Amino acid sequence: MAHLLEVRDLVTRFYTEDGAVHAVNGISYTLDEGESLGIVGESGSGKTVGVLSLMGLIPDPPGRVERGEVFFADNDLLKLSADQLRDIRGREIAMIFQDPMTSLNPVLTVGYQIAEIMRPHLNLSQEEITERTVELMELVGIPNAASRRKDFPHQFSGGQRQRIMIAMSLACNPSVLIADEPTTALDVTIQAQIIDLVKRLSEQFGMATIWITHDLGVVAGLVNRVIVMYAGFIVESASVLDLYKKTSHPYTLGLLQSLPSLHATIATDRLIPIEGAPPDLLQAPVHCPFAPRCQFAVDQCWQENPPLQRVASNHDSACWRWQDVRAATEQLA
Amino acid sequence: MSEVTKEVLLEVRDLKKYFPIRRGLFRRQVGEIKAVDGVSFDIYQGETLGLVGESGGGKSTTGWTIIRDLEPTAGSVRFQGQDLSILAHGEMRRMRRHIQMIFQDPYASLNPRMTVGSIVSEPLEVHKIGTSDQRRARVQELLEIVGLNPGFINRYPHEFSGGQRQRIGIARALATNPTFVVADEPISALDVSIQAQVVNLLWDLKHEFGLTYLFIAHDLSMVRYISDRVAVMYLGRVVEMGSTEDVYRSSLHPYTQALVSAIPVADPEVEMTRQPIILEGDVPNPANPPSGCHFHPRCVHATEICLQDDPEFRNLGQDAEHWVACHHAEQVQGQTFGN
Repeated sequence: MAHLLEVRDLVTRFYTEDGAVHAVNGISYTLDEGESLGIVGESGSGKTVGVLSLMGLIPDPPGRVERGEVFFADNDLLKLSADQLRDIRGREIAMIFQDPMTSLNPVLTVGYQIAEIMRPHLNLSQEEITERTVELMELVGIPNAASRRKDFPHQFSGGQRQRIMIAMSLACNPSVLIADEPTTALDVTIQAQIIDLVKRLSEQFGMATIWITHDLGVVAGLVNRVIVMYAGFIVESASVLDLYKKTSHPYTLGLLQSLPSLHATIATDRLIPIEGAPPDLLQAPVHCPFAPRCQFAVDQCWQENPPLQRVASNHDSACWRWQDVRAATEQLA
Repeated sequence: MSEVTKEVLLEVRDLKKYFPIRRGLFRRQVGEIKAVDGVSFDIYQGETLGLVGESGGGKSTTGWTIIRDLEPTAGSVRFQGQDLSILAHGEMRRMRRHIQMIFQDPYASLNPRMTVGSIVSEPLEVHKIGTSDQRRARVQELLEIVGLNPGFINRYPHEFSGGQRQRIGIARALATNPTFVVADEPISALDVSIQAQVVNLLWDLKHEFGLTYLFIAHDLSMVRYISDRVAVMYLGRVVEMGSTEDVYRSSLHPYTQALVSAIPVADPEVEMTRQPIILEGDVPNPANPPSGCHFHPRCVHATEICLQDDPEFRNLGQDAEHWVACHHAEQVQGQTFGN
């Protein structure tokens, strides 16, 4: 079966006064219909830039998508005109961001902004658009939607604004929904509401979803497959169960060991942090980007950057010593 | 090694902090936000008390009011038996030698025009501790203690990563050998891999220097991991407090139950069976909190009495103290889901 979305060898850099920032360094992955994919990484890992690149949302200058192909519905998104891409972005691929306040226009009513999304894409009368706007707001759980559609963004709480963003993203029945840390700015109990809502709606409408997050906890219960990024590279990719139980990259292992396990206390089980700090992306990568922080590193890691290679069925790792990492993981379990 | 004793280091009683809401040309007061609304708890010598809750729930304001970076509206804070709330400013400044704070944002909390050396030695200068040579030696020692190269003394904050800046903030907090440290979201601005470094450091320092922590955070799994006891705040009030084990595994308040059930676990097998309690509705506006129990509009257990009467904060613990402010705690108990 053809993939719904296929990214091949995507490279994005930002040209700054200090030099070129190597934000995304040749990443390839696929997304199938109805699938739920997690992209996990820390700040600077390229997890967000990678997705913005394929949506044509990288500001140029200073950013530039240098290389790559992104196949979606028989088109290479990177070769489309700005207008064509905008059409796909509104209708086929929708995105929700961390901070809904910066994505909503403060001087327009939310009803107007939801309708605005539908007008160019769907052939509906004004009445039908209003009706669907109210329907969408009800669907995402805004009470009194019929009257509240005339309210402005600042009249809603943070959680409700994120709900309105979700309503906007659903307006044209997209086949892909990209959620970029949509709950980071929200309170704990509101986070749970929003995650539950997006999960329910994507199942109901058969949307494929990409969850971008820094939190290995959040995606464990949400997605089928996880991609882990470090310094602009995909370092591991696996089914959610294999990633946590048959970890094959030292960075993934390090992230897991940095989190307290369920019933552990610091007095008895000390966390094992990843030493050092994330790499300077101004340096063009030559060796394995994780080598300076890696307890498994050997000479080879300082000479050659390991390619992403198949280590088991549906499981890839970019590590020369993946077998030793896997063995260490299994010993811990 | 410090041991958790039953000796009370800090005693907070009925602490209140109200912020006026002002409107119009003459800035007339039209209302107030009760950010901290009658909070009482003890912190024992050598323990870590975790303080959790939603943002806007009053956690940070509680911390800032205890150390009198904010003046309390009412209530008392006794530190080693001394009432801080009646101290004159000069006396309070001298007291701050023993009470220090670690801040959330290592980017905003360090003066970008000061070198690391002057940032860390500033509290020593304020309290007139040591000669300038002794202070310089002390700064180098402190940098080493928090895991930074003592040679960095003449560098500026922008030359450091987020995790290193948080270490600088910790070195500064430790400079005067405090007994009590308020850590206000000390790891939430850091990447996961760096969070673990800082948490381990805080733990080591606690043991090496016999510190007592008030650890304010919204990351419930990290709070569970490092705290001896936990207090849960909702809209300016502590709604539950007890040993970490009791609060997380035998929660007595429906709000705590929802919080605990919402903690994601980095294990897909556990996640398959986890049933988070999804609370209805939003966190209410603190300027206009609901009547009676502030939690009642979102609570599945709420009855008539919850709309009318403030629940009393009472101890239902058997062996250890376990406080809760809920009319129906006895029924709620035992219905803890998930973990």
